[in-house]
Amino acid sequence: MIDGADDGDVDGDALERRSAVRVVPPARPRKLAKVPFVELADGRLQGVVSSGSDLRRVYVSSFTAGTHDFSCSTNNNRPCGGLYGRPCKHLVALANEAVVQYGLERVARYLRVEVGEGDTLVSRLQGQAEQATAAAVFSRFLRHLAYLEVPDAVAPVPEMHWFPASGAAV
Amino acid sequence: MAEEHLAALAGGRAALFGAVHDALLARLDGCAGRERAEWREPGRGEDTAANLLAGCRSWLTELAITGWRGVDHDLVSSADPTLEALLARPALRRQAVLLDGLAAELRASCPVATLERVPARRWADLWTRAVLLARGAGEEEPAETVSGRLLVLGVDVHEHGTAVQAQVHGVLETRDAARLVRTSVTAAKVDTIVGPAVWRLLTGHPVLMGALAGRLTLNLKDMPLLAGGDLLWHDDRASAGEPADPFATARVVLPRAVAPPVPPLDRHPVRIAEPVLLEGYKARRETLELDGTTLAIDTGRLPACGPLTPALVAASTECVGLMRWDGGRWAVQPLAVRATVKKKPVEAHTGDWALGPADPKIAKAEARTGDAVAVLRERAGRLLRA
Ligand SMILES: [Zn+2]
Repeated sequence: MIDGADDGDVDGDALERRSAVRVVPPARPRKLAKVPFVELADGRLQGVVSSGSDLRRVYVSSFTAGTHDFSCSTNNNRPCGGLYGRPCKHLVALANEAVVQYGLERVARYLRVEVGEGDTLVSRLQGQAEQATAAAVFSRFLRHLAYLEVPDAVAPVPEMHWFPASGAAV
Repeated sequence: MAEEHLAALAGGRAALFGAVHDALLARLDGCAGRERAEWREPGRGEDTAANLLAGCRSWLTELAITGWRGVDHDLVSSADPTLEALLARPALRRQAVLLDGLAAELRASCPVATLERVPARRWADLWTRAVLLARGAGEEEPAETVSGRLLVLGVDVHEHGTAVQAQVHGVLETRDAARLVRTSVTAAKVDTIVGPAVWRLLTGHPVLMGALAGRLTLNLKDMPLLAGGDLLWHDDRASAGEPADPFATARVVLPRAVAPPVPPLDRHPVRIAEPVLLEGYKARRETLELDGTTLAIDTGRLPACGPLTPALVAASTECVGLMRWDGGRWAVQPLAVRATVKKKPVEAHTGDWALGPADPKIAKAEARTGDAVAVLRERAGRLLRA
């Protein structure tokens, strides 16, 4: 997951010798209204999809790396009604948004799937429906949201010199 | 391996890099004719976080014993409870932001054993700092409060998945002196808030952001100043004044400003960020030719939240920037440039979009993805308190 593209000529040596080299590529901007949370973690592509009808309800959806088995349920662990042996619309939305956020290559590598030219990611994820607990992912989402409630700091954070903002358009 | 041995190791490494830092900064001060004030150890409040810092130390010890190549998901996740507790304590923000940034990199690299190469220098730097911060010391007390006029030179933006810091460099003019100072505001964020949207996290400091976007002077009244030259920003102790040209500030006021001393823990080459004015050079894609010497341009430090691009820098003839050292070479990180584009003069500063993007193309792209901050705040309001 090492991104050497931060100044065009970061070769392996620079990666080992430099202090301020970028290790995690920044997420690409995307619409968050439908799929507010996507992550590659715990051996899964997992995330949270907002319900189209009920503002308080969300679906927790995931694909497992390797097997490509998938699951979708509400945050209260009720199974998703749209899941009939193949990915529901929440899972399709999750896969599509993951590709926008991380790029197809990184998601495909994480899930260990080959996606040929002209294929969509989700069409290549041909696992089975599986039971997965929504609680862990949902609590990670709440933790994610809690960052927005952390008050600003005005004391300097010199450690941030190791984390330059980058990504200006060429 | 006991914690004390690792602390000694971290201390030794920090001392070594501290010495390199001192030599580099002395050379730079010599070239720029910059006078630097003496360090005076500030007072500190009580250390009230012993338990939490013990949690940090034990995770860092675990990391050291395991070695980078052995880091897996479980080891990274075991820091989560400590991180959550750190974030809730404003006095421990430095440690929280540092560990969160390191943990995210380790998580994204898991299992590290499968990586072709490990960013060894970087991770050792971050680990060393975390160990030293986890030894604990109370919150630093301001050395003094100051009043006067702050002339902005530019803003340096730092960012990882869960934090953004806007660090403003400027010259503070008081009745009897001109001092080079910084002031910083840091907001917590999530990884999907990127580009110009990060400014929306900093709207709690409207006077400062307005001055950046409008290129205005700031009048300060009783603003706390730390011994290392950092103003603790209180937006209600500042008011915007007249327009001020950062290039004029850099040309006229910066040469007579006294630079601040560097706090002992911050003595590391990466922390060197000295404002300079460069002009009369010939810019290329990656370098500037200046008086027969070649200086690298740190294009990796041009933030997506502002209008500076590598192309604009390559077309520039004047630059206010920060001198940086990394990977064994000096580089300039542009904060503002004057350029000629299609025979017309153009001026751009990293803080130009602090109140929102002025470029219609960028504003349109932002409108397409919607307001990420507002969407997530709505979700937080509905789900966190459900
Ligand atoms: Zn579903």
